Amino acid sequence: MFMKRNIILFLVILCGFVLQTTLFQALSFGGISPNILIIITVSYGFMYGKKYGMVVGFLCGLLMDIFYGNVLGFYALVYLYIGAANGVFHSIFFQEDIKLPLVLILVSDFAYLFTCYVLLFLLRGRFDFLFYLKHTIFPEIVYTIFVTVFIYPCILVLNRTMDDVERGDHRVV
Amino acid sequence: MSPVVKRKRDKFSIPSKYLLLILTCVCVALMAVTFLTDYSAMPLNKLVGYVVVPFQSGVSRIGTWMSVRTDELGELRIILEENQELKQQIAELTVQNTQLQQDKYELNNLRELYKLDEQYSGYEKVGARIIARDSGNWFHAFIINKGTDDGLAVDMNVIAGGGLVGRIVDIGSNWAKVNAVINDDSNVSGMVLASSDILMVTGSLQLMEEGTIGFEQLIDSQNTVKVGDKVVTSNISDKYLPSILIGYISEINQDSNNITKSGKITPAVDFEHLEEVLVILKMKQQIED
Repeated sequence: MFMKRNIILFLVILCGFVLQTTLFQALSFGGISPNILIIITVSYGFMYGKKYGMVVGFLCGLLMDIFYGNVLGFYALVYLYIGAANGVFHSIFFQEDIKLPLVLILVSDFAYLFTCYVLLFLLRGRFDFLFYLKHTIFPEIVYTIFVTVFIYPCILVLNRTMDDVERGDHRVV
Repeated sequence: MSPVVKRKRDKFSIPSKYLLLILTCVCVALMAVTFLTDYSAMPLNKLVGYVVVPFQSGVSRIGTWMSVRTDELGELRIILEENQELKQQIAELTVQNTQLQQDKYELNNLRELYKLDEQYSGYEKVGARIIARDSGNWFHAFIINKGTDDGLAVDMNVIAGGGLVGRIVDIGSNWAKVNAVINDDSNVSGMVLASSDILMVTGSLQLMEEGTIGFEQLIDSQNTVKVGDKVVTSNISDKYLPSILIGYISEINQDSNNITKSGKITPAVDFEHLEEVLVILKMKQQIED
């Protein structure tokens, strides 16, 4: 059972990454595409707690590092902490509530983008924060939140089904 | 833990703070390894190449197929009209071509005389298709569908439509990551073709919005460089082959130090609609031998 859940988790991350780099790049508005991996990391973080959030974040980040990062481990570290931070909210998570996920994804995406700006741009002397806020950070957050409304229910349904199957198995055994 | 969502205990029973510590150490170690050594994640590159790249090329192939079909239906009428115009153009061009061939014959003779055979038209090239773009919005690198199996290597130059696109910075067996010259972390040593002045072509996210690349450190004491001048890769660059067209100067400003100039270049390549690129198999380092 545990195995099955992990395989599905791996497939979700893979699908998210492939869609983000292909389909959503084609659907980008003004060169801005949504951040699917952060939706996955945050969702798993508060649905299953810190440990899952960390592992999912680490895997998502590592995938980005291998393909697009200049330094291996950078995105992995950022996503790792985002996943862990969202795990804290596991205790106040209710499946019916969509406000919490939206707020958490918004805050996490902003934290992620701000970290990227500071470490990848500010340290190289690109000081015009307002420009980057207006042209990259803000559009990406808006687009990501918009996409969350469609993707989050899918993740929720998937996990609920997994839970049901798991509980059913339990009863039989 | 909340009483509402009570889950089965996870199988791995390390406390989460230790897991966080361990994973953080792994990340820091990976960063240290990439900074301190030349190790370029080759085994990982190979692994993900087999897992992810087939999906990416599949999805992008379906996407291309669909957009091509829609285009075909929509543009049939326009194409018929265009066909008429093009036929006329062919006639005109045939006349021009004859003239140009005569010129070329003359040029070849002159070139032989000066032994100028380093034109990039002579390099061996390989075509590749872009299958994925950068997952973030900060940088605009992209992945092409050829890798070490097709004879590519890191630092090979990538061109499209006669202009410089960038160079390969990371590679797997069936994929390669290309860093575009418009990227914020890209610097190319360039040269103004007319006056042979050296300048530094620097990509910037801010200028990318208006479709230009910045340049700086142009020492042009004679004021000979004008708007519209061609900028090509310089012969002192250690990664880029010489005389590949980068773009045309669109703006020149005097720097506040009154010695150097900076400005903007309109790239020769349309980076927004890039689909296929050519990879030059010859590398700068090999040219000497």
